[in-house]
Amino acid sequence: MPLFSKNLGVAMGKTLAEKIWQEHVVRAKEGEPDLIYIDLHLIHEVTSPQAFDGLRLSNRKVRRPDLTIATEDHNVPTQNIDLPIADPVSKLQVDTLRANCAEFGVRIHSLGDAEQGIVHVVGPQLGLTQPGLTIVCGDSHTSTHGAFGALAFGIGTSEVEHVLATQTLPLQRPKTMAINVNGKLKPGVTSKDIILAIIAKIGTGGGQGYVIEYRGEAIRELSMEARMTICNMSIEAGARAGLITPDETTFAYIKGKPHAPEDFDAALSYWKTLFSDADAKFDLEVDLNADVLEPFVTWGTNPGQGVFLNANVPNPADIADAEERGAAERALVYMGLTAGQPMKSVAIDTVFLGSCTNGRIEDLRAAAEILKGKKVAPSTRMLVVPGSARVRLQAESEGLDKVFIDAGAEWRNAGCSMCLGMNPDILKPKERSASTSNRNFEGRQGKGGRTHLVSPLVAAATAIRGTLSSPADL
Amino acid sequence: MEKFITHTGTGVPLRRSNVDTDQIIPAVYLKRVTRSGFEDGLFAAWRNDSDFVLNQPEFKSGTILVAGADFGTGSSREHAVWALQNYGFKVVISSRFADIFRGNSQKGGLLTILLSQSEVEDLWAAIEANPALAITVDLEAKTVAYGEQIVSFEIDDYVRWRLMEGLDDIGLTLANSDSIDTFEAKRAAHKPKTLPIRA
Repeated sequence: MPLFSKNLGVAMGKTLAEKIWQEHVVRAKEGEPDLIYIDLHLIHEVTSPQAFDGLRLSNRKVRRPDLTIATEDHNVPTQNIDLPIADPVSKLQVDTLRANCAEFGVRIHSLGDAEQGIVHVVGPQLGLTQPGLTIVCGDSHTSTHGAFGALAFGIGTSEVEHVLATQTLPLQRPKTMAINVNGKLKPGVTSKDIILAIIAKIGTGGGQGYVIEYRGEAIRELSMEARMTICNMSIEAGARAGLITPDETTFAYIKGKPHAPEDFDAALSYWKTLFSDADAKFDLEVDLNADVLEPFVTWGTNPGQGVFLNANVPNPADIADAEERGAAERALVYMGLTAGQPMKSVAIDTVFLGSCTNGRIEDLRAAAEILKGKKVAPSTRMLVVPGSARVRLQAESEGLDKVFIDAGAEWRNAGCSMCLGMNPDILKPKERSASTSNRNFEGRQGKGGRTHLVSPLVAAATAIRGTLSSPADL
Repeated sequence: MEKFITHTGTGVPLRRSNVDTDQIIPAVYLKRVTRSGFEDGLFAAWRNDSDFVLNQPEFKSGTILVAGADFGTGSSREHAVWALQNYGFKVVISSRFADIFRGNSQKGGLLTILLSQSEVEDLWAAIEANPALAITVDLEAKTVAYGEQIVSFEIDDYVRWRLMEGLDDIGLTLANSDSIDTFEAKRAAHKPKTLPIRA
């Protein structure tokens, strides 16, 4: 079983993840997983009903409702949200969450509430996501919160029930990986391109068993929202959690948020201790040069199958590993692409701007900047789905909604939407999307749908040209 | 949770790597509020394909899924484990599992076994040569046995003990609830709370 490097009597530095872990050990016993305290538990309608049922069956309570918060996001429609949810099964799931929260005293932000939205957008915007916390949610993109220097990871429903009942989880210690992103990004290259390049480099299984710490000049220069995009997709590299050392950018982002600490200085003095010591040893280190990065796009059916937008669709025959070659061949058939074809020649039916990866206000601003005064191509539709109702309100106060609507895009309400197609926003079979979301799995956005993962900048340029494009092509 | 000590059944060779959770069960099937009934969604997209392994009559009643590397990548949905169990699978064998899927499987009593890729290839070949081949998984002995072959596997001792005893984690944790009380008494005051609501 992988463990953190053992301290063999020598004073050895600790990584950030090790520090947070150690501060949350409730109980440690040789031969057993550590019992870890959970500071914040986020809940949504899809992975919680069976957990609440389990509590009822065992006559248990929610131990800490004051460390728990629920929102409705996966199932909710993004149109006509004032009407009852049309899909009866979705409605039942959302109604079940509301009833469970009422019964167990859990705070919930329902459809129509200004704080409703994707759970990973809501936590940070309320100021609940803070450095040094352990944060869990029954959703693999919980890694998003690691951008604040928190140890945050997705859990299954049995674990959701465990946290509700005990506010702890028995966990095996992960290994630690440092990914050093050195140098500076070129204009037009974003944090989405960094993380897609990382996944292409280490593979979808490269991070299995690890917590990733993203480091280096290019990471330090990113805004909080851009950092969240990177940590969000740690799971696409196989790592349950990814984190970034909190700094002035982090502290400034939290200050003034509704749940920022009342004694901010006390919190700040603690937060400033949260960094990997200079002599800390990571189990693995990976380097990436930000200077040479370009806008990235996926061509296949897992997030590791990506290339520069300026490149061609790879030829499976060039792939040495037989298993990988077979996967690439299958992916090209599914995606309807030909080896050697320029990525930029690929025509796009639908552009999706949104999700917990890229549905924040900065993402909307960046896309609106490009779309301003332009039109979405006649053969293409564009959906803009803010990550939360609060993001939507902010965008409207800045007039971004008008930019999108004038360009011919659809301005929707908040939710997970087409990222995973649990609500009516789905692709039709063989329909092709350029999507700012996180997974290009077969059928992810609708049965038979074909997904290309891109940054908000590439999404906007693609909407205008109707083919995969970067802003430089306009 | 049902105790898992040994299981004998037939195998299903799933010759694909990177079988993500959206393939195991697409999101549209996640809307139930119970733990049962997810078998309809298992590999839903692929089951329309008559060539898909589960549509072959000789593999329909298999209980041991033998899959390619990186099985269970993607989402944290425990529904993926439930769908496999509801369908009738007791064991999944692969050379690499995604972390969250593996954790979920161990909570729910679906045994996930790590073998090397060459051991997986041998097992695929043996099952394809004889779909009725009996495969015995012995968690106590930590072995997979078929024909003349006996292959050993590693599993964390604590996880193995829990599975063999069929123990529920919550009960185990609550037996130590004093340590949680002690920890909570020392938590820093600046840590955030969701209640009362602040605007």
